[in-house]
Amino acid sequence: MRVNNHRDDEARPIVVEGLVNRFGDFAVHEGLDLTVNRGEILGVVGGSGSGKSVLMRSIIGLQQPAAGKIDVLGKTLTDADPDTQFGVRSRWGVMFQGGALFSTLTVGENVEVPLRKFYPDLDPTLRREIARYKVILSGLPDSAVAKYPSELSGGMKKRAGLARALALDPELLFLDEPTAGLDPIGAAKFDRLTRELKETLGLTVFLITHDLDTLYEICDRVAVIAEKKIIAVGTIPELIDTGHPWIEEYFNGPRGRAAQASHLRAAE
Amino acid sequence: MMDKRADCREGLARCQKSAHSRFPMQDAVQFRLENADGDAAANGNRLVLSGQLTLAGIAPVEKELRRLDGPIRVIDLAEVDDIDTVGAWVVCRLAREHNSDISGANDAADRLLDSVRGIDGGGDIRPPRPPAWERVPIAIGEKIYGARSGIYGVVGFFGQIILGAASLLRHPTRFPVKALVHQMELVGVSALPIIGLMSFLIGIVIAQQGSVQLEQFGAEALTVNLVGRITLRELGVLMTAIMVAGRSGSAFAAQLGTMKLTEEIDAMRTIGISPIEVLVIPRIMAATFMMLLLGFYASIVAIVGGAVVGDLTLGIPFWTFLDRIHDVVPQHDLWVGLIKAPVFGLIVGLAGCYHGLQVRDNSEEVGRRTTMAVVSAIFAVIVLDAFFAVFFTEIGWG
Repeated sequence: MRVNNHRDDEARPIVVEGLVNRFGDFAVHEGLDLTVNRGEILGVVGGSGSGKSVLMRSIIGLQQPAAGKIDVLGKTLTDADPDTQFGVRSRWGVMFQGGALFSTLTVGENVEVPLRKFYPDLDPTLRREIARYKVILSGLPDSAVAKYPSELSGGMKKRAGLARALALDPELLFLDEPTAGLDPIGAAKFDRLTRELKETLGLTVFLITHDLDTLYEICDRVAVIAEKKIIAVGTIPELIDTGHPWIEEYFNGPRGRAAQASHLRAAE
Repeated sequence: MMDKRADCREGLARCQKSAHSRFPMQDAVQFRLENADGDAAANGNRLVLSGQLTLAGIAPVEKELRRLDGPIRVIDLAEVDDIDTVGAWVVCRLAREHNSDISGANDAADRLLDSVRGIDGGGDIRPPRPPAWERVPIAIGEKIYGARSGIYGVVGFFGQIILGAASLLRHPTRFPVKALVHQMELVGVSALPIIGLMSFLIGIVIAQQGSVQLEQFGAEALTVNLVGRITLRELGVLMTAIMVAGRSGSAFAAQLGTMKLTEEIDAMRTIGISPIEVLVIPRIMAATFMMLLLGFYASIVAIVGGAVVGDLTLGIPFWTFLDRIHDVVPQHDLWVGLIKAPVFGLIVGLAGCYHGLQVRDNSEEVGRRTTMAVVSAIFAVIVLDAFFAVFFTEIGWG
């Protein structure tokens, strides 16, 4: 019995080769390569403006790259026909930074949207039940289901965004700065939730973050974007071993050391 | 044995998938009831599920599963190929309803079942909605209460504008000249082509239709009076006001509403910039001044339109038509138009800014308030126009 219908032929759900993104004359990515393995949480880090979000937008098809090849779940999306894209879209979930909830729908209805779109024949009672348990599974209280996004706090909006991203039981989950703007307790809870969901649902997670605690606590591997490419991918000790000055500064700065210390303490 | 079948299934599913590329085809869940000996029996108390216990697989049979009357003692998952949270959820709900045990789940599935087990899926995902006999009185009451707070809001808004204007008078250096010029360009200069075209066509229609009627009395020459008086007095200004309400009043409401949503207006307040001074007053002033100019411009273009028709179909030469306008249109008709125009502009500007600043909560509100701004502005303009008509006739400017 397999969880979530994962197919064995897709050991590498995301493969990016030679990606080039340009805005006018300014190149954001110049020959970027990245592979994400099945069942891992890959953290993506990089300075502000280094093109982390642009990379995510390219992978999920919101940004047309100037050159390069992007395979998601075994399909080449860069030149795919709409039907193929439709099929792949039903197998991933995306959580945007601010939640990006539809403001005129309640949280529950927000979760219903992808279900309505991809499974129009679903019985309405079951659809409502699914929406409800997804919201609760994302760590929101029972009462939040029937609320409108404007009635929620920033952290709750993120969780609601996560619930919507999980609506279709995706194999692949994209998280854009999930813990930014959360208090440390909320951020730690969110990390734990991501980890738990990954383990129970067998998710592959592509996670953009600036949060060093998140990187230490839940990421299996970390990819570093700098100089318009991925300069290194690996576990944090492996990254530090590369000796690249930016990576050094990132993980061995005061914040990096504090995060590492707390990680070690927690491990003991 | 199970794995082999799973592989076949998977293979089949993949073939079907390529045939129906639009949607990933999957086998539906199969279920059967067995009795204690493992034989199929309609009244058995052992529910055996097999196949794809996933969102796509469960949808077709979920209703039938819900209708099983049981009693079901055991739910057997040993023959299930794939399971996701939806499958786990349906199984857990069945188990709760029939008070039955779940067997045959492996570790991964167990974990999935555990994660959804404690959750109660009942209840609606929309806020509670009272019955109709309560809703109607509630809606009426809210409308009345809303009207009261609407009046408070309007009065408060006027007060803010007067205060803002007063403080600008005291500190003339703070006056947002750039914003005013920019708004005047947007409201006035960019509207010239569309308002010109509209007025030209209106002039043509009045002259052409009027002449047809006047011909019956042999008074085609009076077409000049008709075109000159009606455009300067009424239509030039009125149509321009409606156009400005649609073009600029709506833009004011949408801009201010969006700025309200993105907290730009709050940010201004915290820096000590008064949104009334920098956003509202330039817009209202621009609408007022520009309505004056646009109204006059529209009347002139409409007269030119009438003169073109006169030249082409009535045999009145173009320049003669314009000369006659001079003789037959009393000067006070021009003043009537020029007095009304800035008042209409003021109303359009006020309505746009007021409704823009009332936006709260969500993007739907921006659209609603923009509509309200345009509708209330046009309505107020037409009501006021009626008052003006009576007033000017009473004072002898008929």
